[in-house]
Amino acid sequence: MSEKTMEEKVEQATNSKNVSLPMSRVRLIMKSSPDVSCINQDALFLTTKATELFVQHLALSSYKNGSGKETNTLSYSDLANAAEETETFQFLTDILPKKILARDYLKSLEEMKKDDDSL
Amino acid sequence: MAERPEDLNLPNAVITRIIKEALPDGVNVSKEARKAISQAASIFVLYATSCANNFAMKAKRKTLNAGDVMSAMEEMEFERFLQPLRQALEAYKKGQKGKKEASEQKRKEKKNITDENDKSRDEEEDEHMDDEQEGENEGEEEDAWS
Repeated sequence: MSEKTMEEKVEQATNSKNVSLPMSRVRLIMKSSPDVSCINQDALFLTTKATELFVQHLALSSYKNGSGKETNTLSYSDLANAAEETETFQFLTDILPKKILARDYLKSLEEMKKDDDSL
Repeated sequence: MAERPEDLNLPNAVITRIIKEALPDGVNVSKEARKAISQAASIFVLYATSCANNFAMKAKRKTLNAGDVMSAMEEMEFERFLQPLRQALEAYKKGQKGKKEASEQKRKEKKNITDENDKSRDEEEDEHMDDEQEGENEGEEEDAWS
């Protein structure tokens, strides 16, 4: 199933010259940024290509770094760990927060309250 | 036109394909992880754009260009992307040039065909005019006689 057909190989070869992500959608996101007026076509292409490289890099780094190797699955926590531990991914910590169990959170809330009371 | 949140997301199918191609064969990706990567990609675009725009503004330009994006990658510490990006850009520009030449060639050919059509129409009109003039001359001659 993982073997590529001749067609897919050809498609990949032609795709390597272009991008898979739609440039129109990337332009939309770019334009939502304040103060951006015009975007040169080459700049749009580069941003789209860079985003693809980023997705590959994030996925692979998170997988290598995480516990997914045992379970053979890339999970959300692998990504959250990568965001916290890898410097280049730190801009993602807000959208990839680590998850904790509800009971642990409530426990830490109680402890904070106790500290406040003792003051 | 109001932008809905979904419009700022990248298509799931493409994101999934890129992830699968990056990971070793047979590795699964949880739905949550896929969604998170997709969102991270959108944030990446915003971050890169904002960074690149700073470079453009410093140079007092209103248009973001390729150089700004490359500088942004360095600033964001993604130097590993610089070389593949440069290569990709070259290939892209060549492809664009080829497309442009091909469409210009098509336009030239189309223009030639239209020009030829106009030319042959003009020739036919000239022929008609000659006939009319001959008719008029004959009329005059007759008057002269009477």
